[in-house]
Amino acid sequence: MAPPSKRRPGFSRRAQFGIFTGYVLAGIGALVGAILLVLSLWRPASFNGPRAAAHDTVAPAGQMAAVARSDGLGLIDSIAGYYRAGRQNAALKREMELARIRLAEAKAVKSENKRLKALLGLEDTGVKAVAVSRIVGSTASSSRRFAYLGAGRADGVGPGMAVRSPRGVVGRVLETGRNSARVLLLTDSQSVLPVRRAQDEVVAFAEGRGDGLLRIRLINLGINPLKIGDVFVTSGAGGYYRPGIAVAILSEKTDDGGLARIISDPAATDFVSVEPVWQPEAIRSQQLPEPGQANP
Amino acid sequence: MSMQSRGSVRRDEYGSRIDRRHSVILAYSIPYLSILLGSLFPMFFVATAVPLLPPLGLMMLVSWRLVRPGILPVWAGFPLGLFDDLFSGYPFGSAVMLWSLAMLAIELIEARFPWRGFLQDWFTGNFILLAYLLLATLLSGAALGVPLFKALVPQLLLTMLMFPIVSRMIALLDRLRLTRMRAP
Repeated sequence: MAPPSKRRPGFSRRAQFGIFTGYVLAGIGALVGAILLVLSLWRPASFNGPRAAAHDTVAPAGQMAAVARSDGLGLIDSIAGYYRAGRQNAALKREMELARIRLAEAKAVKSENKRLKALLGLEDTGVKAVAVSRIVGSTASSSRRFAYLGAGRADGVGPGMAVRSPRGVVGRVLETGRNSARVLLLTDSQSVLPVRRAQDEVVAFAEGRGDGLLRIRLINLGINPLKIGDVFVTSGAGGYYRPGIAVAILSEKTDDGGLARIISDPAATDFVSVEPVWQPEAIRSQQLPEPGQANP
Repeated sequence: MSMQSRGSVRRDEYGSRIDRRHSVILAYSIPYLSILLGSLFPMFFVATAVPLLPPLGLMMLVSWRLVRPGILPVWAGFPLGLFDDLFSGYPFGSAVMLWSLAMLAIELIEARFPWRGFLQDWFTGNFILLAYLLLATLLSGAALGVPLFKALVPQLLLTMLMFPIVSRMIALLDRLRLTRMRAP
């Protein structure tokens, strides 16, 4: 049966105007939304303030949820371990995976060192993390991939800093609140990261595709030297990430490079550390306008 | 629940009728609170590399609108979308616009097809949700490409399957909303 229509309330003028006002308000709402949307697509940083404040408010709840989440993951891991040979198996497997990544990173460091020593004889100083925090949340229902950290401006976190887990790069800090920070994940389609193959000097860009894979685009085109299983590490170009952090493993070859899986999947990540911008001077000089462009 | 108890003078499905009445606060706050929590919930659940969870806030808004027409005004998409924009990860303004349009679209669909039924509500809800996910992705400022839309497919399927379940949950919440309580 068709319900009685709300749109024809009878002869009451008041009710008729009420309905009309509702439609007008909804229309205005859509229009305001469109204006806000255009504004935030044009200047993505326009609404950082309210968003950061909102995330500061829910960060404590996020911390609790993150603890529950990582405990749950641990539980699933150990159940999976019992399936084969007990809890130890799961722990050992994780350790070996880490060791394998470390090995690839060590190889990268070795070749890097050889090159640097030959060039400059510079000494590598250990990088100290700015902050260590949990991933307290992510935009799990959006096609833009952001994660939220439980550390912010109060801990010294600033935009542009690299976020990494023990396994490898997770992403880059976009904006910070007092106790929370928004991170652009590697798999977001706006993320581009300069990388090189761990064992040699094949350089490329790793771009997010939005579907969980990274597209590896070689800078020097020619015969594609990549092999499935190649590990890619950060190259340090651009100045944001320090060189030699594991990024991705090649899983498929294409004409201009390949497709790679990220090594540090945010879903399996518990704690992450925020590292300072590697070469702040280089980034500052990129952002300065050219002398000729400043005065049109 | 038998017809007898539903028609009884002493009790109905919202509890005893004697010396108890609906709480005004519950009746008006539960729809809004549940939608706000729905906007927050996907954030805490899992940090995936691909979008996976359904847009729970909009799902609850549409469900409330279909399960209980008349509680939420047509313009409710504006304030609720404003809150969702703070947490959804889409650019600010996306939900304000699309949720307002969704409420208007449901009005239009209802004016055109005034009958109700499981299939029609499921169709209306899924039409709104799928259109929202596609439009929001188009307007998200992401680099658009085939892989991006392929990655949406699991989310779309999960959304379609979960919609009737969420509507059921809303019906439960609606019963809670109208529970009779002892007058203070």
